[in-house]
Amino acid sequence: MNLDIPDETFLALIGHTGSGKSTLIQHLNGLLKPSAGSIKMGETLLEAGGKKQDLKPLRKKAGIVFQYPEHQLFEETVEKDIMFGPRNFGMAEEEAKNTASRVIEMVGLPQTVLSKSPFDLSGGQMRRVAIAGVLAMNPEVLILDEPTAGLDPAGRVEIMDLFYDLHQKNKLTTVLVTHSMEDASKYADEIAVMHKGELYLHGKPSEIFNERKALQEAGLDVPETVQFLLKWNEKSGQNLSLSDFTIEELAKSLGQALKKRGS
Amino acid sequence: MLQNVIIGQYYPASSPLHRMDSRSKLIAAFFYLFIVFLANNWITYGLLIAFTAVTISASKVPLRFLYKGLKPILILVVFTMLLHIFLTKEGDVLYKAGWLEIYEGGVIQGIFIAMRLLLLVLMTSLLTLTTTPIDITDGLEHLLGPLKKWKLPVHEFALMMSISLRFIPTLLQETEKIMKAQMARGADFTSGPIKERAKAFVPLLVPLFVSSFKRAEELALAMEARGYRGGEGRTRLRALEWHNRDTFALVLLILLTISLFLLRS
Repeated sequence: MNLDIPDETFLALIGHTGSGKSTLIQHLNGLLKPSAGSIKMGETLLEAGGKKQDLKPLRKKAGIVFQYPEHQLFEETVEKDIMFGPRNFGMAEEEAKNTASRVIEMVGLPQTVLSKSPFDLSGGQMRRVAIAGVLAMNPEVLILDEPTAGLDPAGRVEIMDLFYDLHQKNKLTTVLVTHSMEDASKYADEIAVMHKGELYLHGKPSEIFNERKALQEAGLDVPETVQFLLKWNEKSGQNLSLSDFTIEELAKSLGQALKKRGS
Repeated sequence: MLQNVIIGQYYPASSPLHRMDSRSKLIAAFFYLFIVFLANNWITYGLLIAFTAVTISASKVPLRFLYKGLKPILILVVFTMLLHIFLTKEGDVLYKAGWLEIYEGGVIQGIFIAMRLLLLVLMTSLLTLTTTPIDITDGLEHLLGPLKKWKLPVHEFALMMSISLRFIPTLLQETEKIMKAQMARGADFTSGPIKERAKAFVPLLVPLFVSSFKRAEELALAMEARGYRGGEGRTRLRALEWHNRDTFALVLLILLTISLFLLRS
């Protein structure tokens, strides 16, 4: 497969279970080595059969939030756990402490949490602490492996909005692995669909959603809003644009369409 | 990186040995451990080798696979053989150089001991290669059943064994997952001085312990919720069945024992 992710893009990586999404993202920071082909990440080049190199700079640059990241917590206090990443990458203790208190606010937790044991927190809070631990490394590329799995709907929206905010404010490049076409349509600039270990479709969301047949073949479907638009067009004979797929845009274009009909 | 670890080393195939009841296989393997020590001359060792060879071919386990399992103990076998060759002083002197004397008895003794070890390991590995861990646990529970009279919690031991076996792959998977997560945060498990490396394992072990305890609690709760009350009056999904071939195997073993008694010097 051949995939180019430009700087500062929000890319959604979608695919059925076992389609190779997780394998792909683990290559991005050298946790898995390519058996053929190569990966270029900024200045670093990983090649099949290439010689051993220090992967720390690469790992600092690309932070991965794994599925159920709360399982990786281990320290006595939240602060120490958040400091683990920065300290590994050579940040001074004082600076790491400051970073910890900065990122804990970013993930929407109060400063008082810092002195608590991570194991006394609720599941949702633990998830936020673990995410803070990755953000503390100050990565330029943020890789998210289904960060909202197992959260309640409100928690999902909060966490995703948090990542989207960060993406825009800090000009990050974000790769979001997800099952949810809704999330992909809401946040992503580009969508890459994986199927059976291959890159299946790649393009802007509106382009992808025009390929409903192909998506269904890969075990996926277009998001609910696009399904609604398609049905609407079919029943009303109108031709609303499929690119208005966020809820807000959909509401607007529906309003206009209804007005047109009324007049 | 960890999925290459094979524990229990079951070799799936359909052979008479695979189809045997795990109880008869356990009894036979245990019995065999003792009768191997009856052999003390060429004929009796020949008989044992022939018997083992027939068993191996009946198991349909490829020799290459068996050899892989034997590799780690080959050093031990060679070492004991050499020890006997150099230290036993019986029979005629075969070779003499300075203080080194090799006797005929030493060579024979060395070969016998090496064969004894090999036969023992071969037979016991055949047991685990042809029987699934769950079957072994079931068989053990049955065979140790009479000990319940002395208030020994046989069923609980068997349950513990099968639960641990069941969770080995899960634990390996989780180890790999957490290792990767910490490596992504800059942890280094492979380089640095030993003290540093030992420290590096804390971020791996703590999460593993936490999730193991959590999982144990969840499993216990799930078992209780489904009315688990221990072994009393419990029936089995896969009942062990004693067939004619099991009786036949044991009779064969008894015949072997009798011939060993008659032929040993």
